[in-house]
Amino acid sequence: MRMMKISIDKAYCKGCEICIKACPKSVFAMSEERQSFGSLIPYPAKPEKCVGCKLCEMLCPDGCINIE
Amino acid sequence: MNQLIEKYIKKDSLPYIFCAGCGNGIILNAAIHAIDELGIKEDTACVSGIGCSSWIPPYLNMDVMHTIHGRAIAFAEGLKLSRPEKNIIVFTGDGDCLAIGGNHLLHAANRNINITVILVNNFIYGMTGGQKSPTTPAGSRTKTSPFGALDEPLDGCGIAMSAGATYCSRWTVSHPNQLKKAIKEGILHNGFSFIEVLSQCPVQAGKSVFQERDPWNMMEAIKNNTILCKSWTPERPEGKIPIGNFKADSERQEYTDKIKNLKEQLRGMQKVTV
Repeated sequence: MRMMKISIDKAYCKGCEICIKACPKSVFAMSEERQSFGSLIPYPAKPEKCVGCKLCEMLCPDGCINIE
Repeated sequence: MNQLIEKYIKKDSLPYIFCAGCGNGIILNAAIHAIDELGIKEDTACVSGIGCSSWIPPYLNMDVMHTIHGRAIAFAEGLKLSRPEKNIIVFTGDGDCLAIGGNHLLHAANRNINITVILVNNFIYGMTGGQKSPTTPAGSRTKTSPFGALDEPLDGCGIAMSAGATYCSRWTVSHPNQLKKAIKEGILHNGFSFIEVLSQCPVQAGKSVFQERDPWNMMEAIKNNTILCKSWTPERPEGKIPIGNFKADSERQEYTDKIKNLKEQLRGMQKVTV
């Protein structure tokens, strides 16, 4: 299976953690990095596990996640 | 930024005004996916009233109208009658559609005018600070019901269907693909389409209705409180809220078609002078 390219837009993410808990393969994890509003943002910790179901794209309330 | 959403959003007004984990963004995603799959960006106009949910369309890079409180459906009817070729989508909330705008919902459903109403039901008045709304579950301690709400919650789908809506479905934000499909069917349906979406408000409803501040746990709680039904039931099976596609009836005549027929009838008549 080809590796999916996962990107999270740090400018618009609000750190609601929906993507971390919604992902059926637990791809995302919370980072120690803070964005400009002061909230912690997630990062793709295990990108090799992504199957490309795009559930995180549909469930991200801020439309920050892009998978291709 | 997601590449598909980026095409439909005014990027200069980002980030969204919604709180972290608000369900409105998920409904916006589903609507954008539905509009994109149908390819009707240029032929669609979105209308909204006042409330948290009514901040969904102003971010869309297409024809939008942000109108006065409760009158979103009334404005949408006027827009549809003056531009019958446009697909009209109304984003409205539980306070906007069922409390102050309740009579407009009844009459629009009775006329069977071809608009798609998406009712975002977050169980509380979120924008004004957590007062009791018509859909707040009985017993919830809110700002205006500190000893527990006495009223039973209103059923938006039941009201719309009994008033004569010809397409009706209810989903939660935990069902984004089913919601996208329902919005697509609602836009294609020739008649009044009513789609209720149960959504989470992590700030206000989280404090007073669910006692849970985490957005994902609230989404799970709402999902576990619903039951998938193949047809409409007025009672609540096992005490849970029924979800699913309830009604799709294409036999009733649509209102703009009636107006068109009336115009053609009147065109043949001679002007009477007294």
